[in-house]
Amino acid sequence: MNWRVFFEPAPAGGGATYLDWLLEGLKLTVYLSLASWCIALVWGSVMGVLRTVPNRILYAISTVYVEVFRNVPLLVQLFIWYFVVPELAPGGLGTWFKQRDPFVQQFLSATLCLGFFTGARISEQVRAGIESLARGQQAAGLALGFTLPQTYENVLLPMAFRIIVPPLASEMVNLVKNSAVASTIGLLEAAAMSRQLVDYTARAYESFTAVTVLYILVNLVVLVFMRWVEAKARVPGFLGGGH
Amino acid sequence: MYDFDWSSVKPALPFMWLGMKVTLEITLTAMSVGIALGTVLAVLRLQRNPVLSGFSAAYVNLFRAVPLIMVLLWFFLIVPTLIERIFNLPRTADTRVTSAMVAFSLFQAAYYAEIIRAGIQSVTAGQMGAALALGMSYGQAMRLVVLPQAFRNMTPLLLTQTIILFQDTSLVYVSAVRDFFGAATIIGTRDGRQVELILFAGGVYFVISFALSSLVKYWQDRLKVAA
Repeated sequence: MNWRVFFEPAPAGGGATYLDWLLEGLKLTVYLSLASWCIALVWGSVMGVLRTVPNRILYAISTVYVEVFRNVPLLVQLFIWYFVVPELAPGGLGTWFKQRDPFVQQFLSATLCLGFFTGARISEQVRAGIESLARGQQAAGLALGFTLPQTYENVLLPMAFRIIVPPLASEMVNLVKNSAVASTIGLLEAAAMSRQLVDYTARAYESFTAVTVLYILVNLVVLVFMRWVEAKARVPGFLGGGH
Repeated sequence: MYDFDWSSVKPALPFMWLGMKVTLEITLTAMSVGIALGTVLAVLRLQRNPVLSGFSAAYVNLFRAVPLIMVLLWFFLIVPTLIERIFNLPRTADTRVTSAMVAFSLFQAAYYAEIIRAGIQSVTAGQMGAALALGMSYGQAMRLVVLPQAFRNMTPLLLTQTIILFQDTSLVYVSAVRDFFGAATIIGTRDGRQVELILFAGGVYFVISFALSSLVKYWQDRLKVAA
């Protein structure tokens, strides 16, 4: 083992060391995870709500979405976003995409892929959260003269979201881990960087150990942060929403 | 508008079937070894001895904190050297599928262990007490009384985890193992028909996973009624 390798200057990098490469990869993993988390949370919440509304068409749409995105492997979904969607996209969208910088193409595909993949999981959590509330909550909201959307906005969702913080935390951890799949389309995030480091330094054990430790650290940060959110969001006198 | 041409798919079916066999081999091996190892880890986790439960907790938490792709990369690095040393194989031997099997087995064991631990804990404590009172040893009570009930309760969850495993095996792509998806992408690249082959592969994965998860759901509902 030779850990000093990380302080050696990397080639073609204006004084950058291999450690800087490593941090560059970590940065990309974090950006990718945050960007897809935004898509996943918004889209997953919308779809989760649609899974509970009394409208057959909306229910069918959201159910098809969840089943498709949960039953196709993540890698295949990524390849569909990266190789297939630009070919099938209507109008000039596909051409626009292909004229972008390769990095933009990779980052965009990976973000959309992870966002909609995680969204399917989040929508199941949101649905479970809404369904875990007493039926009377919705009835009470409607009886008070709220419309159905108002009932969701003011009664159901505020409770549901507070209940599902723990499962959302594990989805966030999963998202960070899943983001490693972006390495397969050439995005130089942390996992891909570990392989590039091996190529340049021939130090496989050191490179893999460093990246593995980075993932563990990122996961710890996410868990500590979500523990804090959980404490803030806890509904007094209400147990539920996982362990 | 894109011009679909599905003519590449049919002649490539035998080739993709070879890949599917690799996919299934890895899935079934990892499922069997994973559940066996997961059971051991789960039982260890519930021991009073802090060394045993600590080891199990560390194992499970470590594997659950690391992306599967990193685990695969690790094992493609370590396993070939190990096998060469133990079996004295030449460096040219192809150990990628074996590496993948080992990696998936050890990785999945961590996930199965958590399911099995919850299953064991769902069996009421009185069952263990009654078995011990009847004069059974701890091992006998676990094997004959607690585990059979636990497995009955958690079969749906174990199967769901196996469907996830089946989908995750596609990640052997990182080491160029020719599994089902790998075979499909090879044909797609060769014929310049990536769009069709990727969509076809996605369709096959969907049909299999959806059918299996519907079966699991049906089973789960029946268990609920029985209980």
